Amino acid sequence: MTGRNDPAQIFREEAADLLTELESTLLRLETRPADRDLLDTAFRALHTIKGSGSMFGFDAAAAFTHHLESAFDQMRTGKIAPNSALIGVALAAKDHIRALIESPAHADPAEGERLLALVAAQTGAAPAASPASAPDLADEAERPTTWRVRFRLAPDAVERGTNPLLLLDELSGLGDATITALTDAVPPIEELDPNRCCLAWDVTLTTTQPLAMIQDVFIFVMDDADLTIEPVAMDDRPEAPPANAPATVAQPPADVSPPPAPRADAPTLALVAEAAKPAPSAPSGQSDADAAKVAANAASSIRVPAERLDDLMDQVGELVIAHARLKQLIGGSADLQIKSVAEEIERLSNGLRDITMGIRMVPIGTLFGRFRRLVRDLSQELGKGVTLTMSGEDTELDKTMIERLNDPLVHIIRNSLDHGLETAEERVAQGKPPQGQIHLSARHAGTRVLITIRDDGRGLDRDRIRAKAEEQELIQPGAKLSDADLFQLIFHPGFSTAKTLTSLSGRGVGMDVVKRAIDSLRGAIDIASTPNRGTEITLGLPLTLAIIDGLLVRVGKGRYVIPLFAVEECVELPPGEDRRHLGRNFLNIRGALVPFIRLRESFAVSHPPDAYQKVVIISTGERRVGLVVDQVLGDHQTVIKSMSKLHADVANFSGATILGDGSVALILDIGQLVAVGQSFEPQRDAS
Amino acid sequence: MAANDNPSFEALTLNLGGEVFAIDANCVHEILDMIPQTDVPGAHPFVDRLINVRGKVVPLADLRIKFEMERTPPTIDTRIVVVEILLDDEPTVVGLLADKVYEVTTIGGASIEDTPDIGMRWRPDFIKGIGKRGQDFIVIPDIVRIFSVH
Repeated sequence: MTGRNDPAQIFREEAADLLTELESTLLRLETRPADRDLLDTAFRALHTIKGSGSMFGFDAAAAFTHHLESAFDQMRTGKIAPNSALIGVALAAKDHIRALIESPAHADPAEGERLLALVAAQTGAAPAASPASAPDLADEAERPTTWRVRFRLAPDAVERGTNPLLLLDELSGLGDATITALTDAVPPIEELDPNRCCLAWDVTLTTTQPLAMIQDVFIFVMDDADLTIEPVAMDDRPEAPPANAPATVAQPPADVSPPPAPRADAPTLALVAEAAKPAPSAPSGQSDADAAKVAANAASSIRVPAERLDDLMDQVGELVIAHARLKQLIGGSADLQIKSVAEEIERLSNGLRDITMGIRMVPIGTLFGRFRRLVRDLSQELGKGVTLTMSGEDTELDKTMIERLNDPLVHIIRNSLDHGLETAEERVAQGKPPQGQIHLSARHAGTRVLITIRDDGRGLDRDRIRAKAEEQELIQPGAKLSDADLFQLIFHPGFSTAKTLTSLSGRGVGMDVVKRAIDSLRGAIDIASTPNRGTEITLGLPLTLAIIDGLLVRVGKGRYVIPLFAVEECVELPPGEDRRHLGRNFLNIRGALVPFIRLRESFAVSHPPDAYQKVVIISTGERRVGLVVDQVLGDHQTVIKSMSKLHADVANFSGATILGDGSVALILDIGQLVAVGQSFEPQRDAS
Repeated sequence: MAANDNPSFEALTLNLGGEVFAIDANCVHEILDMIPQTDVPGAHPFVDRLINVRGKVVPLADLRIKFEMERTPPTIDTRIVVVEILLDDEPTVVGLLADKVYEVTTIGGASIEDTPDIGMRWRPDFIKGIGKRGQDFIVIPDIVRIFSVH
């Protein structure tokens, strides 16, 4: 339908990125209204959306964006100051732009009018023209005006890819232009650095286009360039260029056709442009460095469709498997030459694997950024003051993982805001600051990433969870449960302790969804909570979904992979501990009772058991379960292959992998097995 | 539907439990000799194994289960026919066990008869039609249907 090369689709993707950037910029602007860089970033994003939008036929979006852009231009020029209300409108307007771009047919024009009226009210301007009208200001378009445009580019502009000729061409495209190069800053030839731009230009332009169109020409360079644009009276036009201008390109004003002169003169211009010491007027160091960084980033990164990365990962997975086969084949060989080649291939394939996995890594800040808006909107809706703080935004995670973390994190944050945090009055009564705190953090812990959502609210209500669980017969009345076990109950489907339903949460459909989403990512959830001090939810996630370290075990004739992150230890099953005849399946691990599952029985293996059975202790968070296997074979680089729909109903396995000898091994589903192990005793009682 | 409405098609003929079956040759990827198989504990006996087909983990189905035939151990003639079918609109590669694979042949539309309602020991919805070649009957199974009601 929409291919990869569909320009409209490309625009939509680009616009989605820009809108995301715009949103985070606006939110930061709210806390730092004086920051010029943020204003500029927001303005540029709007400008690009407007420009590309009209180029690809998103006229409604372009027209609407134009008005917002104008408001930001006024902020940029200091005519009005950014304030919270204005940013609130801008955020809503951003959503409207998104709607206009994604489904123009469904966007509500009345909403657009309403937002524009709000923007106009904030900027103090007369209500903006209807968004359907063209962005050009019609009244100015009639009479030609003459403008004097003087600009000097930053000295390193050429190095950064700016082509002054294109700017000049664009200017002359607007109307009659007389272009004069100012060479006063050109140093003597021996001091000339050909990579630097030390020319400035003086352009007299007569055009029917409005001032905004002239400013548009310089949109991407104006931060670093000295630019003055001023109107001149018709008779005020300079008769002659400044005296010290040998490289003058004068163009007869009568010549309306695109000017050949600058192009013909290009070698000269280029030659002179490649001259010189830095121009005296360097822009402020900070913004220059930022701009350079942005430019460098833009130049050294490319957009790649995610499917191609998936394909690459598949290929690397194949290579890892092929190498494992090679290793197995030559394992017994005494040929040193072959062995050294195999080692070389191992080194290369490991390197390739790491690089490929690295390519797919995205800083989690891209995800966290979205929650600023969520928290802002929710805190206003609920009337609770909330401060959102973050740390570890640069922690990297697999791209797929980041996408799939969005929904569970939204659920958790909503819950924290809605149920966890008290109202300001309640907080003050508790002796807490009226502003609630939510802290998001991410950090690496070994091969896992830990994402923590912490609030300083009222904490989980143990008694209510217990009462609710007893009411729903999830636990026996009076059963002794650790806090961790008790808190895990909130992930049970249909479990909600909220007394009243709100529009946000409380229907009990949230937390079990969270649990399932995290399980599907091979992750674990831990909850810690102190009454009146707050709740901390920690998600432990693997770095990637594609390749994991696994422990290869044998049960009967079959081989299975246990994800290594879940493995705590391996012990031998002492014959004395085998008390199945007593109706018990518990193992004493340093004083703690750990239930165990005989995989032989779960998998209905008929092959006779090995004399010495091993127990692999696995855990998710606080809960531990032992898996009895025949043999522990060792670690295995596991390339995860999903199972087809035909096996969707098969419990106990989360996927499959291919072993060194080419055969298939199943990957055990840790979450499922732990759940089975925990419910082991009641099941046995029932049977 | 009148018998002669059936289109002709290229089919791979194979033997399952003594009966000749025909599978649309266009959906056949390849035919493999017996390769190592991995049991999937807890899966339906119809698809209780996995195989590795060129680096992909592919379920191995035994149509004999669906046709209530005896599961005989593999012989020297046993093959795995790798086919691609649409499962919930998603192309899915599966392996089909065959006691023996014969040939690719054209089955004329005119020779295909609709499934008789009686005299069949199999579920009628699993059969698209019965083709005739010489004196032999060829069963044309509805593979997609068989996998969908799994």
